[in-house]
Amino acid sequence: MSRATTESVAEIKARNKQLIDEVLKVYPEKTAKRRAKHLSVHEAGKSDCGVKSNIKSIPGVMTIRGCAYAGSKGVVWGPIKDMIHISHGPVGCGQYSWGSRRNYYVGTTGIDTFVTLQFTSDFQEKDIVFGGDKKVTKLIDELQVLFPLNRGITIQSECPIGLIGDDIEAVSREKSKEYGGKTIVPVRCEGFRGVSQSLGHHIANDAVRDWIFDKSAPEASSKFEPTPYDVAIIGDYNIGGDAWSSRILLEEMGLRVIAQWSGDGSLAELEATPKAKLNILHCYRSMNYISRHMEEKFGIPWCEYNFFGPSKIAESLRKIASFFDDKIKQGAERVIAKYQPLVDAVTAKYRPRLDGKTVMLFVGGLRPRHVIGAYEDLGMDVVGTGYEFGHNDDYQRTAQHYVKDGTLIYDDVTGYEFERFVEKIRPDLVGSGIKEKYVFQKMGVPFRQMHSWDYSGPYHGYDGFAIFARDMDMAINSPIWGKTTAPWKDTPRPSLMAAE
Amino acid sequence: MTQNAEHILDHSELFRGDDYQQMLANKKALFENPHDPAEVDRIREWSKTPEYREKNFAREALTVNPAKACQPLGAVFAAVGFERTLPFVHGSQGCVAYYRSHLSRHFKEPTSCVSSSMTEDAAVFGGLNNLTDGLANSYNMYKPKMIAVATTCMAEVIGDDLNAFIKTSKEKGSVPADYDVPFAHTPAFVGSHVTGYDNTLKGILEHFWDGKAGTAPKLQRKANNWINFIGGFDGYTVGNIREIKRIFELMGIGYTILADNSDVFDTPTDGEFRMYDGGTTLKDAANAVHAKATISMQQYCTEKTLPFIKGHDQEVVAFNHPLGVSATDDFLMTLSRITNKAIPNALERERGRLVDAMADSSAHVHGKKFAIYGDPDLCYGLAAFLLELGAEPTHVLSTNGSKAWEQKMQALFASSPFGKNCRAFPGKDLWHMRSLLFTEPVDFLIGNTYGKYLERDTGTPLIRIGFPIFDRHHHHRYPVWGYQGSMNVLVKILDKIFDEIDRKTSSVGKTDYSFDIIR
Repeated sequence: MSRATTESVAEIKARNKQLIDEVLKVYPEKTAKRRAKHLSVHEAGKSDCGVKSNIKSIPGVMTIRGCAYAGSKGVVWGPIKDMIHISHGPVGCGQYSWGSRRNYYVGTTGIDTFVTLQFTSDFQEKDIVFGGDKKVTKLIDELQVLFPLNRGITIQSECPIGLIGDDIEAVSREKSKEYGGKTIVPVRCEGFRGVSQSLGHHIANDAVRDWIFDKSAPEASSKFEPTPYDVAIIGDYNIGGDAWSSRILLEEMGLRVIAQWSGDGSLAELEATPKAKLNILHCYRSMNYISRHMEEKFGIPWCEYNFFGPSKIAESLRKIASFFDDKIKQGAERVIAKYQPLVDAVTAKYRPRLDGKTVMLFVGGLRPRHVIGAYEDLGMDVVGTGYEFGHNDDYQRTAQHYVKDGTLIYDDVTGYEFERFVEKIRPDLVGSGIKEKYVFQKMGVPFRQMHSWDYSGPYHGYDGFAIFARDMDMAINSPIWGKTTAPWKDTPRPSLMAAE
Repeated sequence: MTQNAEHILDHSELFRGDDYQQMLANKKALFENPHDPAEVDRIREWSKTPEYREKNFAREALTVNPAKACQPLGAVFAAVGFERTLPFVHGSQGCVAYYRSHLSRHFKEPTSCVSSSMTEDAAVFGGLNNLTDGLANSYNMYKPKMIAVATTCMAEVIGDDLNAFIKTSKEKGSVPADYDVPFAHTPAFVGSHVTGYDNTLKGILEHFWDGKAGTAPKLQRKANNWINFIGGFDGYTVGNIREIKRIFELMGIGYTILADNSDVFDTPTDGEFRMYDGGTTLKDAANAVHAKATISMQQYCTEKTLPFIKGHDQEVVAFNHPLGVSATDDFLMTLSRITNKAIPNALERERGRLVDAMADSSAHVHGKKFAIYGDPDLCYGLAAFLLELGAEPTHVLSTNGSKAWEQKMQALFASSPFGKNCRAFPGKDLWHMRSLLFTEPVDFLIGNTYGKYLERDTGTPLIRIGFPIFDRHHHHRYPVWGYQGSMNVLVKILDKIFDEIDRKTSSVGKTDYSFDIIR
């Protein structure tokens, strides 16, 4: 299984190319042509991974992707804890995304904090026929009565809104005026827009720009005095507490975090972000838009960082510190030194159990590249990776900074392709989502969900790395994987493909 | 305090440390613009009052924490219950990602389903090309024996006509002309997941029985003595359908389980991924037209399917998720009457054991007040069982319950002295339930995983029965139907009752009494 010592890079490349040719055979000709552009074997030295991306998924192939609503309500806006996010349209979208992303927060839920409530306009046929503007107008009045401590409201559009010609912008303006300038944000994140979650992120970012930044002064609700060391965490959704185990490091090195976007975030933090001296960006894919905007409009520089695994954490702490004076630079070194004994102890404990193990990833956002360093810190080897909704700039970053020569690359992978790749490569671990988890576990391949951290986490920061290492060990080295074949069967069964 | 490699803390403990607590307190005070804690407390207390309840119940536009999902979820649930059948949902693709995730989180199993991935251009021009290409791709990649098509609200709003589209797709060669592609329109803005189940099952039966959308002769019914069985949308389908099969076999009844998804949602981990497993064979689905009768375990999951079957000259009988002694008696006696098969001694003994268990334990349940929420049939079945136990199902709430359901519930309450102070709430949500639990408290709450928020807010202990159950594992593997299934429900209820007594009496030096070893 562990490939490094047994196969040369040339052999791996040849095998991967052959695998790609094999999977393409299943498709009708037109589809095979389209899918071929999304599958590749990485060539070292190339500026990207050699795949097309951010293109429409093909009907009927079982894409893993979601929609723009998922990108806006589910990812960007949903975690803002003191605002109410209305799933505007039929009941399902809000129901399926209710509390499932593990955006941790602290607050009095249902009173001044609303992340794990499902607010919906629960469209009925008459709302489709007559439009939903009246309903959402009344709904906002009812929210104001029953949830008076909400700091603001967003209207997250589901598919029908854009199709039936509702004017949620007019409703938002009117109700905002009626409630003394209250923040009410219409978001045009209908699920049919764009090709994946990705457009939803962009639309959500633009909604912050247009309906928060353009409508409030940075001093509106945050009265703190700026310092030269103020930064904002952008693109961390605090899944399992990720943003907290990141924030603590930034504060320890002498920085002050004035806002979290958007895990455990609040409206006041969004509004105050233009006061930051530096925006630090974890999930580039979902929040580069607002970072660029703040750079252009407010002159705030931004830098990407990676808090998965000690190598990347140290590199990132130094990179962030480079924007500041010696006090912060020394602070970064102090933090790295402080945690070195923990890193050493975790590595000493888990690396011997994981060294040489192979991993295949398929995730969204930043993770198809960002977690590679953490695996490598444990001696593991990522042999295949791909983005659910990445763009070419993601694949460029992946090629230039993360993947090794010969890595199998699969963009917007289909269920069929992913099964076949894993079946043939037989990695020691697959990291992907809930829809993939049980497929691979049935095949006897250890698996971790790399969206929800499989209900564990945090995985960011040094504290998170300890959990990450433990979790990967318990997945790969669980005794259960030795028991998938009944002892009275003398030869292991082949993993049959669904299509055979 | 940082992590220690020898004792790595999970999130539940890690963030309780002083360093993190201080960090969070500073964040809140400096940057979050928090409300005055006294004001938060005031609103929290106000939200528990009758005054708040009145405003809460006056809502007309807002839904908060509903206990229902949308139609296509039920469509997928039903479709995977047929032999090598791939559910295909026509519309936006994000919906399918949601259905698959939702079902997989409950069953801890893979859920296979495809989408036609419609985007802006399809919104303008219609989704015919998406359907045509999608059918061809699915057919070639996943080798299904049948593709069952349903719709998302997007396809419904733009008015895509599945019957015509499928016909055209076949003409364009996407799948062979005689290939089975049943369909159902399942708009998310009508009904709920139980409606989608109903529409899909009806669509599949209609396809096989009524001439495959005009491409084959209609089947001529030749009556036999078999029984069709429909479970409805059921989070316990894995355990329940197996239990029902056991009962049919004990009685010697020839049966067809329609939409039998008990295997596909319970596949073994033995090195092989089974995308399809078990299910009602297509032959059996067609032959089901000849059956003597069809039994639905959930009336509100089959409001269209049963009249359709009745129209094919079969007797149809609907139950409301039968639970407990009398409802199971009724179920078995109906089977016996229809098939002329006696109820065997083995089942009579199981009945006796359930009665025995209820007699042993009823003192602990008798007089206790319960709030229940869930799908309309489940609510009815649970309420009837509680009444048998001498308990009071005080608040019974069903977001997808209708006025007719309310009347049926009220009739049930009227049939028992324990139902005197009980009330049904159709169309209400879990935020309404919160007000009910504060203003008219009960001893226990029965519902799905989302009830844990109510448990936390109101202190009402939650007994997890329903769908979805995300935060406890494997309960779907155990039946809740039949005498044995009812026994499982009784034990779930009793466990929580006893756990609560222990919890309330476990402080040493204060409540040493009542912390009993024998109960």
